[in-house]
Amino acid sequence: MTWTPARDEDAALVTGAGRFVDDLDPLPGTLVAAVVRSPHPHARIRGVDLAAARAHPGVAAVIGPDEVRAAVRPFPLSTSTPMPYLPSGVDAVRYVGEPVAVVVAGDRYVAEDAAELVAVDYEPLDVVVDTREALGPEAVLLHPEAGTNVATDRTFTFGPVDETFARADHLVHGEYTFPRYSSVPMEGYGVVAQWVDGADGPGVECWANFHGPFTMVPVAAGALGIPVSRFRMHVPADIGGSFGIKSGIYPYVVLMALASKHAGRPVRWTEDRVEHLLASSSGAGRVMGFSAAVSGDGVVEALRVDLVDDVGAYLRPPEPSTLYRCFGNITGAYDVPAVAIRARAVVTNRAPTGLNRGFGGQQLYFGLERLMDAVAARTELDVAEVRRRNLVRAFPHRTPTGGLYDSGDYPAALDLLLAKGGYDELRARQEAARAEGAHYGVGLALVVDPSGTNIGYVGLATPASERKPGRDKSGSTEIVRASVDLQGVVTVLLGSVPQGQGHATVARRVAATRLGLPVEQVRVVVDMDTASTPWTVTSGSYSSRFAPLVTSAVVAAVDRLAETARAGASVLLGVAPDGLELADGSVRDPATGASCLFRHAAGVVHWDPGALPAGAPARLATEGEFVPPEAVAATAEDRINSSLCYGFVAEMVGVRIDADTLEVTLDRVATVHDAGTVLDPVLLEGQVLGALVHGLGGAAYEEFRYSPAGQPTSATFLDYLCPTSAETAFPLVSDHVSSPSPLTPLGAKGCGEGSSMSFPVAYANAVADALAPAGVAIDALPLHGSVIHDLLGDR
Amino acid sequence: MKAAPFAYCRPDSVDEAVDVLAGGDAKVLAGGQSLVPVLAMRLGRPGTLVDITRLPGLDSLVVQDGQLHVGAAVRQRRVERSAEVAAVPLVARALPFVGHRELRSRGTVCGSLAHADPAAELPAVAACLGASVVVRGPGGERVVAAADFVTGAMTTAVGPDELVTGVRFPVAGAGEGFGFAELARRHGDFALAGVAVRVRGEAATLAAFGVSDRPVVRELTLDPDPTEAGLRPVTDALAAEVVDTDGDAHGSRGYRVRLLGVLAAREIVRAHREAHR
Repeated sequence: MTWTPARDEDAALVTGAGRFVDDLDPLPGTLVAAVVRSPHPHARIRGVDLAAARAHPGVAAVIGPDEVRAAVRPFPLSTSTPMPYLPSGVDAVRYVGEPVAVVVAGDRYVAEDAAELVAVDYEPLDVVVDTREALGPEAVLLHPEAGTNVATDRTFTFGPVDETFARADHLVHGEYTFPRYSSVPMEGYGVVAQWVDGADGPGVECWANFHGPFTMVPVAAGALGIPVSRFRMHVPADIGGSFGIKSGIYPYVVLMALASKHAGRPVRWTEDRVEHLLASSSGAGRVMGFSAAVSGDGVVEALRVDLVDDVGAYLRPPEPSTLYRCFGNITGAYDVPAVAIRARAVVTNRAPTGLNRGFGGQQLYFGLERLMDAVAARTELDVAEVRRRNLVRAFPHRTPTGGLYDSGDYPAALDLLLAKGGYDELRARQEAARAEGAHYGVGLALVVDPSGTNIGYVGLATPASERKPGRDKSGSTEIVRASVDLQGVVTVLLGSVPQGQGHATVARRVAATRLGLPVEQVRVVVDMDTASTPWTVTSGSYSSRFAPLVTSAVVAAVDRLAETARAGASVLLGVAPDGLELADGSVRDPATGASCLFRHAAGVVHWDPGALPAGAPARLATEGEFVPPEAVAATAEDRINSSLCYGFVAEMVGVRIDADTLEVTLDRVATVHDAGTVLDPVLLEGQVLGALVHGLGGAAYEEFRYSPAGQPTSATFLDYLCPTSAETAFPLVSDHVSSPSPLTPLGAKGCGEGSSMSFPVAYANAVADALAPAGVAIDALPLHGSVIHDLLGDR
Repeated sequence: MKAAPFAYCRPDSVDEAVDVLAGGDAKVLAGGQSLVPVLAMRLGRPGTLVDITRLPGLDSLVVQDGQLHVGAAVRQRRVERSAEVAAVPLVARALPFVGHRELRSRGTVCGSLAHADPAAELPAVAACLGASVVVRGPGGERVVAAADFVTGAMTTAVGPDELVTGVRFPVAGAGEGFGFAELARRHGDFALAGVAVRVRGEAATLAAFGVSDRPVVRELTLDPDPTEAGLRPVTDALAAEVVDTDGDAHGSRGYRVRLLGVLAAREIVRAHREAHR
């Protein structure tokens, strides 16, 4: 049997020929670091004695609080709340696993031996791990100078919320909790850093499996007090997954750069799994309240939303963006004209949070879509019907919070879901199961899937009155470089820092199609070097931006190369360049049918530019940029179109719960996606499956738990349970509708995160539906046999 | 996650291995599936590892004198795939539940016994069947009954200067039936609750695991035609009595009681049916 890889990247990966950061040895003589971490969730550092570690044979350098305090400024934060964040604890430690010191040695064994000799004198302090408790007046303060644990607290009102609530037929309210979990990339963090004292001042050259957002580059450079131009970062072509989690690597880049300065040699740090599960990153936990003002016929007329995110011990950038990433689509798939929002982030003695596939969406929709089930129950409507009555139907649609839904056909997607997923059949199964005393439930989730973040939403954490005029933020510009060589081979250089998504495969096809070339005549380079790859402050691989933004910039870049090819062909064919077509590897005059090979046309520009008429485009290497339309800064009224594109997911889950063991079995998962124009059906299916399994992890298996005393209780794979292949063999029905985006040249929208947002709540809705006869309230995750047993009590 | 320094020794004979162990501060290395992570996380730091995987005689897997003999170097996967294991159906049924296939291809049967994790399958099987564990020490060889082997969570009757050299499981007799089941959060995880059952006539021996600090063995006398529903009051009461863990996020105490009651009834019925075929 032969195997045809679906992606250009696959053959190297499955034969062990990938080149990940730990496979690279860019700087001979690189030493190895081990990080000393806090065993305490909260303690004052009274003193640190590094002498024994420094004296250990084979140790090159040890840095601790003094060295960090002397050389590193706190990272610039998104709010002005005084909660200074450094790459390691200097005056205090605030979560278990927080770095305190770094030991640099010839190998990791010696570094770990010496790390045990670092003596830290801790004075334990009171601890707060519960989100609601952290809000209260009794809670210990993590950052006493702030006078509060609340890092940001903003309220927003759009439309006649109070009036609508005052006259509503039904008021429906729910309180929900969303857990912390990750995406658990196979590869952890990896950094190689070298401190350079150059003629023009100090600088850093580093290699890291960082994937953006590149806003973190000025954040890291700022902490080191060097200009961005002297902070050179390389990102290898292969990154072993991230799903947002590796955006939290930049503090370690800073820490290793400083370690290198003290060691006088480049330093490598490779995070191990224990470190990763203890202290890398996770999605934010959230407690939330959702209220709906509902008409007698089930129409939601206004919403009140109260969000409190637990961001861990520091407001590590890009937090508190979990609150704001979905601001423009906070009303979800529904046409709700009025909404009031309170958005808070609190610090607790847990590890800092950050991006996680679906970023902000799984938390939001857990509240909104559980609430829609409550609306259905109150109005005695079917859960599909109540959703249908509230769907957005006309596009473009402006949401009350400023979002601009670019395209969609939500009723069509819902109808397709119910038909292909067999909604009526599952309801019949439920009836039959209940007749036998068994538990069976059906859950729905309809979510708007934003892609191509407008960083303007970052401004919302600061009140409009305090935002500096002339310092607005907006947009999400992407730049791609394309070149054609003297044999006609086109190279596309991406700064998209993929982590396994197959960017090279898709970019290659997009470029080849656009230029009328066989894919063999196009190659794609994804190694990133901030000194030579075009990038912007919003570059990176996050918020599903590849399909809407990067491919748009690929189109812009190769369209300029097409002009060059036409200019060359016009010389060979003796006709004007305008109107020449690129197809089948040739440039053709449609009027006469005369043609020349693309490579010959490009060859003219390389070898014989003197033949070109004056002013002819002769760009052999060029850049194309895509500046997303409609991505403007937040208004003075705090409205923001927080993403460029808005896709859609309609999902359905059928669960069977064993009456004796309470094991939950996925009887069916059905999912319908609208990602606009589909660029690659195989990769889209992979993204859908991956996001579903990620969602299943959060729904049923994964959770970063802490004891009341602040100790992590899921810090190894014995206790932090990811779905494995055995858990993912559920019956799946997947389909698509396509509503091309009018805002991107290819009509494509992002598609990497949808089911990460929808599956957790669809699963919860199904379990809630199954247990409804027992009168059990489902308001949190994960849900598995033991949780259900305890919820049922004596029932 | 790198081990602290240790000495590694691969002796040529069981006597030599015992001599090294008698020197103190040494741990036996067989499959390493539990020991190596403990070393890497520096939760344990023995001075010397004694690798027994190539000791002559410890790789034997034979049925002899009504017993299945499994030497201390024999991997779980080898037993699972062997013809000999058919002689002890309960071992055959339990092995696929031990970790994952990759782990079983390295892990040893005796290592699992010696590690004595409270949620491990093989100590419960050994206890249910009345297996014998063969131990060598400075004073020579002794045989420990499975019932006396595990003395607490991760602790056994094996002294620090002793080595488990093998285990003997009694071959199933005519008229015996068996049942084995466990439930875990995911396939391959340590059980939240599990049972190994042997039925002979109307006498059932049940070993519960994952619910206490060691396998808990109970004898029951069955009605001639037991049913799951009929047994549940008995097994539920038994579960309420034997489950003495506080539970954790994966399985509360109450949930483990529930599971044990369900699994015990199911497997007793299954074993009884098999015994009276």
